[in-house]
Amino acid sequence: MDKIKNFFRMFSNIPLAGWLMGSFVAVLMEYYLGDAISYYLYLPKIPVLFGALFILKEPIMIPSVLAYDLIIYALPILLLGKLLAPFANALARMLEKIPLSLATLIYIVAIYGILHLWAGINDYRVLVVKLTMVSIILTISLNIINGYQGEFSCSHPGFMALGAYTSSTLTLLLFTDDKMFGDALLPAALGPWLFPFVLIAGGAVAAIGSLAVAIPSFRTRGDYLAIISLAFMFIVKSAVENMEILGGPRGMSSQPAYATLPVVFAWMALCVWIIHNFTTSIMGKALNAVRDNEAAANSMTVNTRKTKVTAFMFGAFWAGVAGGLFAHVLRYVNPGTFGIQKLAEILAMVYFGGLNSIYGSIVGAVSISVLGEALRPLELWKWIIIPLILILVMIFRPHGLISFTELNVKNIIRPRDKKLSKGVE
Amino acid sequence: MAPLLEVKDMTHYFGGLRAVNNFNLTIEPGQINGLIGPNGAGKTTVFNLITGVYTPTEGSISLEGQNIKGLEIHEIASMGLGRTFQNLLLWRHMNVLDHIRMAHYSQLDYGLFGAFFGTRKSRREEKAVIENSYKLLEIFDISQFADHIVGNLPYGAQRRVEMARAMATNPKILFLDEPTAGMTPDELIRMIEIIRQVHRDFGVAIFLIEHRMKFVMELCESIQTLVFGEVIAEGPPEEIQNNPKVIEAYLGKEDVH
Ligand SMILES: Nc1ncnc2c1ncn2[C@@H]1O[C@H](COP(=O)(O)OP(=O)(O)O)[C@@H](O)[C@H]1O
Ligand SMILES: [Mg+2]
Repeated sequence: MDKIKNFFRMFSNIPLAGWLMGSFVAVLMEYYLGDAISYYLYLPKIPVLFGALFILKEPIMIPSVLAYDLIIYALPILLLGKLLAPFANALARMLEKIPLSLATLIYIVAIYGILHLWAGINDYRVLVVKLTMVSIILTISLNIINGYQGEFSCSHPGFMALGAYTSSTLTLLLFTDDKMFGDALLPAALGPWLFPFVLIAGGAVAAIGSLAVAIPSFRTRGDYLAIISLAFMFIVKSAVENMEILGGPRGMSSQPAYATLPVVFAWMALCVWIIHNFTTSIMGKALNAVRDNEAAANSMTVNTRKTKVTAFMFGAFWAGVAGGLFAHVLRYVNPGTFGIQKLAEILAMVYFGGLNSIYGSIVGAVSISVLGEALRPLELWKWIIIPLILILVMIFRPHGLISFTELNVKNIIRPRDKKLSKGVE
Repeated sequence: MAPLLEVKDMTHYFGGLRAVNNFNLTIEPGQINGLIGPNGAGKTTVFNLITGVYTPTEGSISLEGQNIKGLEIHEIASMGLGRTFQNLLLWRHMNVLDHIRMAHYSQLDYGLFGAFFGTRKSRREEKAVIENSYKLLEIFDISQFADHIVGNLPYGAQRRVEMARAMATNPKILFLDEPTAGMTPDELIRMIEIIRQVHRDFGVAIFLIEHRMKFVMELCESIQTLVFGEVIAEGPPEEIQNNPKVIEAYLGKEDVH
């Protein structure tokens, strides 16, 4: 046990910049040497998700997969991270001196670069990364309602559907010649530039739709929200199923490929930034006050009803944006997607990752998404393993893995070679 | 000029129960008034009626000449009526500093847009709020707890957090519902000092409910005694102390400290 601790302590002086350098080299190695190394290790091709799929299909490949992960990922990241630590710390210190927003931007661009290279290996990775990022938006936005505000809402798939169908209708109608809506109304070249407005329109429709849940639920005291929001989800689903103009149960397809990796990444980053700003402001803290004691919040001048409705619409807006991205990532949607299974998925991410924490939501969304993909070959078993993990987390950490923790960028990017001065953490 | 707070002929029924009958009150700026009476007399109900938790069945309430009867709780609070609660209503997942920050809510001007995008205006306002919050923490002697979750604090400190929070709403009049309930004698003496200091430094008027005679006698200029929802005596402390009706109805039965 102590040995393990010491092993990890060895790496405690590596700052984020160092991990990124190591990862960058690892990703470059895979890019140039991945094929050759897979060949010598008797792997049919580069393992997509760290070899999980190979292992689960043919356990005999375990040694090869482990060797691959060690050579390509573990060694470069750990070794280089350790070797370059002094240099990385110096860099981190330099970046600490420039304005925080600029430094954050530099880190985000670096992270994107690494992700881009890693995902670029094949289309499946690109898809997994995009869907994971969409999940992050969904999880954080549901956390606003279920975590920060402490309600229990079930309508997120419904809001997603509103966003997905609104944005799909707009892009198909405006920018593409298709069977459903005929010729494009605007030049197709404008499409990618107007796509942000299309997504915002999807979000706005979801936000307006959310009033149908918010107004009746928040007018009276009591726990009607769970029931009303669940009903809302089913109503949206069956409404869309019965609307022939939207393709009925068959859905809509051949949306233009506007949701590229950088586009989805940028929206995710924007979402994290805006929601972080909101939840750390006094306006956002009002959600916590309403959750922890509404009477006190009221007496401390907070307009609690307005606060609740606004937060609910805000969460719904982002679910709508996520829905729009989702539709344009898959380039196909049907009503069946936005049902109880989607709800279970998002709820699992929120409660696994941790309530009242953006950080937790990112961890929850990434782990459940990647785990879900990695365990895909297990088929039915997947739906036993993931809930089991969820139950374990709920037993040992009732509020989720990382709850009630604010995203502290300053702390994440700080140099790690000196002892912490008191009060930083 | 209209008085700071004026309550006229306020009566309230809970179903068939007449909890408050014909209650009258006038408080001028900077005054400290007390409300005493046995348990269940209707003292907290008087607070709740004035602060908008319930709307009185009859009567009128005005703050600086403006009618506040029927307004929402948060509106009345924003107009300058701050309060604490008899049984501490704190936000259990929030730290002390955030409690105080939060209570500046109605004084913010930056709006949702500012909150979403962290505009310069929002950052400036948030910074000013934090500075003011630290000042309040200092005054109430709780700055050492700034980043502690309230639930972990000693009881006396929790009471002070609640009072600091009420002061952060920038009130013209402060309602204190049994501010010393459950306190040790040491904490009690400290509380008297703090209330005096707040009164002096902020020039705020105070209306307080209290059980302990010593406390009320030391602080209040004028005291009302409430029994079964009716004011049976009203006047300066010495008069109340010696009023036979009060002695019979209240002091006679209760353990007086
Ligand atoms: N919301 C309510 N509904 C019904 N009865 C209430 C309510 N609030 C208080 N009461 C009743 O009104 C009376 C006065 O209560 P309260 O104002 O809390 O007394 P005090 O603060 O003087 O101890 C009590 O008999 C109490 O049971
Ligand atoms: Mg009471």
